Amino acid sequence: MERLPSWLRQHIAAIRAIVVLTLLLGGVYPLVITGVAQAVFHAEANGSAVQKDGKDVGSALVGQLFTDKSGNPVAGYFQSRPSAAGAGYDMLSTAASNLGPEDVVDVLPVPGAKDDEGNPDTGRQSLLTQVCARSKAIGELEGVSGARPYCTADGIGAVLKVFPAVGTPTRAVSVNQACPATPFVAVYEGVKVECGKPGEDYSAGRTVPVRGGATAVVPPDAVTASGSGLDPDISVAYADLQAPRIARERHLPLGTVRTLIREHTTGRALGFMGEPAVNVLELNLALDGKRG
Amino acid sequence: MGATAAGVVFIASLILALGLTYRPLGDYMYRVYSSRRHTALERGIYRLIGVRPDSEQRWAVYARALLAFSVISILVVYGMQRLQDKLFLSLGMPPVTGHIAWNTAISFVTNTNWQAYSGESTMGHLVQMAALAVQNFVSAAVGMAVAVALVRGFARSRTDEIGNFWVDLVRGTVRILLPIAVVGALVLVAGGIVQNFASPHEVTTLTGGTQAITGGPVASQEVIKELGNNGGGFYNTNSAHPFENATGWTNWVEIFLILLIPFALPRTFGRLVGQNRQGYAILAVMGTLALASVVLTNVFELSGHATVVQAVGSAMEGKDVRFGVPDSATFAAATTLTSTGAVNSFHDSFTPFGGMMTMFNMMLGEVAPGGAGAGLYGMLVLAVITVFVAGLMVGRTPEYLGKKIGSREIKLASMYFLTTPTLVLVGMAVAMGNQAGLAAMLNSGAHGFSEILYAFTSASNNNGSAFGGVTVNTPWYDVALGLCMAFGRFLPIVFVLALAGSLARQAPVPESAGTLPTHRPQFVGMVVGVTIIVVALTFLPALALGPLAEGLS
Repeated sequence: MERLPSWLRQHIAAIRAIVVLTLLLGGVYPLVITGVAQAVFHAEANGSAVQKDGKDVGSALVGQLFTDKSGNPVAGYFQSRPSAAGAGYDMLSTAASNLGPEDVVDVLPVPGAKDDEGNPDTGRQSLLTQVCARSKAIGELEGVSGARPYCTADGIGAVLKVFPAVGTPTRAVSVNQACPATPFVAVYEGVKVECGKPGEDYSAGRTVPVRGGATAVVPPDAVTASGSGLDPDISVAYADLQAPRIARERHLPLGTVRTLIREHTTGRALGFMGEPAVNVLELNLALDGKRG
Repeated sequence: MGATAAGVVFIASLILALGLTYRPLGDYMYRVYSSRRHTALERGIYRLIGVRPDSEQRWAVYARALLAFSVISILVVYGMQRLQDKLFLSLGMPPVTGHIAWNTAISFVTNTNWQAYSGESTMGHLVQMAALAVQNFVSAAVGMAVAVALVRGFARSRTDEIGNFWVDLVRGTVRILLPIAVVGALVLVAGGIVQNFASPHEVTTLTGGTQAITGGPVASQEVIKELGNNGGGFYNTNSAHPFENATGWTNWVEIFLILLIPFALPRTFGRLVGQNRQGYAILAVMGTLALASVVLTNVFELSGHATVVQAVGSAMEGKDVRFGVPDSATFAAATTLTSTGAVNSFHDSFTPFGGMMTMFNMMLGEVAPGGAGAGLYGMLVLAVITVFVAGLMVGRTPEYLGKKIGSREIKLASMYFLTTPTLVLVGMAVAMGNQAGLAAMLNSGAHGFSEILYAFTSASNNNGSAFGGVTVNTPWYDVALGLCMAFGRFLPIVFVLALAGSLARQAPVPESAGTLPTHRPQFVGMVVGVTIIVVALTFLPALALGPLAEGLS
């Protein structure tokens, strides 16, 4: 060793070091932690499984879809938040939407057009339109108003493209509303608003989102996708919004449903960590228990 | 309590906890790096490695050992990914694609943990725990070793020796990181973070659908990912994933682990140079910048200045209910102020100014408090630049901690400082100038620009977080960002070690009436000012095209 040049000695030491440290940090350490964890915190270490009739139905920490085969909400269950993980709550492809806060302009599908694989063109919904559409759908499901600021009555992002980009408007287009839809406003600064023509390039115009006078009833967490794509929780407000439907569908007194919500609400840890949350899977299991 | 009040208490409790650990942990790390004794385990390791722990190294030898260790590490991590189907615990996953494996190897060895792959569908358990998690430990230990070597340069005089790399590496790993990781991992498991070797198993959900429940040795990796300021998630959604971060309180623990070592190292620095007040001054600089950033990020996220956020009524896109908006903002600030890059919410969907703060934090050079070790040496280089600037203004000979900052020292400090901006801005320019670079954007316009700017900032500063919509698993990005990570890590390290060598050789300069005191609020304010002004001058044009354009339109 000593007679070798310094650089070579350092590399040999490096190889030996990585082998030794891998055995210690990549072998002994995780195995010991696993051993202790499995012995002391068995349920937690294995994913906090939740059971019904003796069979695993999911994890207390991981949300799931409460929809039927065609993706419609099952009315007797509390619904989870929107999810960007695969087709929804897919643990094999967890994801957030990653759409930005000014993502407000849709790409309208061009009728008859095909993509590279020969499928019909579906366009692309902006985050704003996704939020508006979810709000409208939830409003209908729960029998409340699904209106929101910056949304049209038909659940689309209320956004104009105004031309020219700078100066007095000469043309205004409601870009997210495909013709022959009636634009959500008839006139913008004296200019008649047109409907959006699929396939036309409006990128040169100035983007003007229009707030409108609506106030939202459907809570924020109900219309946004979570970070994990697996959010097990909904807000207390969203659970309360769903309570009348659940009571109706399950023929339970509303008070009973509200009591169940309170029982499955986790407050902030130590009073200040995180936000109060309602665990949807556990709440739905409790509902099933009431019926049985 | 309202959400905002709870968020304020959350931040205050973190500050309190870090305040309580500052002295004990800082003193402990001082003893670790200055002790002459070796434990039995360490002596065994030195024998197996074949190094003599009691001989010290000149800076060039120290650097060579560090680079040799890093090159070998890259080859090992690359090889294990490419061969994972031949090894056990691969869960049936195929070998990782060449360019992704290359990018990932550099990413984990450089303490960046940029992820061009999705954990649950790319890496088997063995690669995760025996390749990636091992680098989580040693890359952090390397950063701490470099910081300690630089501090020895200030503390010693008339010597060529700045320590022994192998000793610093092993001690940082087994005496500091490993014990905290063992305790932290078990705390996290108690909170619900999984720790097993299971393959995904299918369950039938309440409505008759199926869901594959994934497993893995997550807690043991999660803890060191935060503690070592690595940030590479076991799963794709990182610390937002309930199996990585299950509750509001595990979220607190993870943020605490992120900030623990970087905020205690100034104490170690103060002890090593024999003046605790110098440690407090550096801590004050870090703390001022960090607190301002955390508060601003919270304010921007809570005020919700953006169209979609106002339509929603809250910045909940990309955030989980159990964390809420304030604690997600605090996590985002902590992870980018350090070199961690773990995320519990998705920065791409943050408000324009909230997202800008995460970028700005990284552009500060990750010095407030920065990565384990990397933050301290970055901050000390900024202190050197500050005494130089101050010296120019009043005509004094610049000196810091009794060492003259001469032409060689200031050249090294300047080259250190210029490395990352050069990588970010040149990389950005090249990306904007070709189709392969532009194709990565998910969002369009200014926000798409921000996605690419974030990617180069994150890679060059060895952070590893992303505006996640960006598509970077392409050969072009894997190569470009891989180069940014490698140069962004190792060039500054070489400059710092050279600086350490140059300082250690000097005889101490006696303090005189002309010496600028470097422990007073005046100096703290100057370092804060220099840091912000230098960063603003460098990056304001780029920020103006991205988040500022988006937020002000």
